[in-house]
Amino acid sequence: MIKRSFLSALAILGMASAVAVAADTPASLMAQYAKQAGVPVSALSAPRGAALYRTEHPGRDGQAVSCAGCHTANPTQAGRSRVGKRIEPLAPAANPQRFTDAAKVEKWFRRNCQDVLQRECSAQEKGDFIAWLSQAR
Amino acid sequence: MNYLLRGIGVIATVGAVSLLAFSLPSGEAHGDGGGNVLPRLTNKAWQQECASCHIAYAPALLPKASWRRLMGGLDQHFGENASLDPATQADILRFLEANAADSGTSRMGNRVMQGMNPNEAPLRITETRWFVRKHDEVSRATWSRKSIGSAANCAACHRQADQGVFDEDTVRIPK
Ligand code: HEC
Ligand code: HEC
Ligand code: HEC
Repeated sequence: MIKRSFLSALAILGMASAVAVAADTPASLMAQYAKQAGVPVSALSAPRGAALYRTEHPGRDGQAVSCAGCHTANPTQAGRSRVGKRIEPLAPAANPQRFTDAAKVEKWFRRNCQDVLQRECSAQEKGDFIAWLSQAR
Repeated sequence: MNYLLRGIGVIATVGAVSLLAFSLPSGEAHGDGGGNVLPRLTNKAWQQECASCHIAYAPALLPKASWRRLMGGLDQHFGENASLDPATQADILRFLEANAADSGTSRMGNRVMQGMNPNEAPLRITETRWFVRKHDEVSRATWSRKSIGSAANCAACHRQADQGVFDEDTVRIPK
């Protein structure tokens, strides 16, 4: 009986760590986006990601908008939403929670690309973006 | 033996935590804190989805009709895309309606309704007569200070706004 509960405790611990291992990482998301784009991971480009991050586009009200506008010029630093709320840094080096939840990442790419570029980002662009942020220090 | 006890401890803790999590129905109010303190409310989707760009504005600050309008246009939310999947959107709307200003669940809600015409459905809290009256001593120049940015940035002045506390003691207007 005692031995059994010990074993089941081990089993629960095992399952918990299996779940942790299955979580997304910047690398696994890059692999996923590269696959979607039909290119090898090595074809993702950090410089292209940086350009996507910094390039300004005409916004709906005529003001220039860019990813850097909210996430700041340096993605290892905290940004600010339009309402003034703090946005934790986007670079995983400064904020390990970033790019660990595929659904969350997809949701914000969908919204923010629409807002800034007035269109969705391609799989290649998403991969480039993460490639750049992953190496930002 | 030591490991065995720890193993049992882990099971007990996991069990207790999940029991707690399941015994808290989503959207439960923990009592109305009175005039300037809002009832503490919990709804996981609301907290997760409506607090990334600003504080999660309390449901008691707008009537049901306002929340229906607002939740119906999340893809063009004050110039930003805040769209959600339909299930999450419906879950959040249900929670907002159940605790809205005209749901009779809080004193602050009753006060918000006092200044409102029955068929009014404002999209902004900051444009309700109630809000304008409460803030008549704040000058126009103050609202546009860089440290504040917008009247919707409640937390710039109300230091505990994210906990629903708006009483005098916690107000400090930043320079
Ligand atoms: C109007 C402000 C704003 C702009 C402009 C903006 N973002 Fe964001 N972004 C946010 C907010 C707010 C969040 C979510 C808050 C949080 O998670 O801390 C976020 C989160 C994200 C995330 C989620 C990352 C994760 O794993 O948590 C990604 C990806 C992202 N943004 C990409 C972009 C891209 C790409 C652009 C430019 C095309 C962009 N953002 C422009 C405000 C903005
Ligand atoms: C992508 C960012 C974003 C998300 C996510 C978001 N909002 Fe907003 N919200 C805004 C912006 C920007 C404004 C306009 C603020 C301003 O004018 O200063 C705003 C304003 C509001 C206002 C009016 C505030 C006022 O002026 O009185 C309400 C109410 C509101 N949001 C509710 C919600 C609800 C409910 C959700 C969740 C379903 C939500 N918001 C999610 C960006 C967001
Ligand atoms: C520029 C700073 C500022 C901002 C931003 C702000 N308020 Fe206020 N608020 C005040 C001041 C000052 C008072 C008056 C405090 C007093 O003397 O009781 C006040 C009063 C209130 C009261 C009444 C408290 C009482 O004692 O009766 C409520 C409720 C309230 N604010 C809610 C909000 C909400 C909700 C928001 C965001 C949508 C907001 N405020 C944004 C400064 C601000």
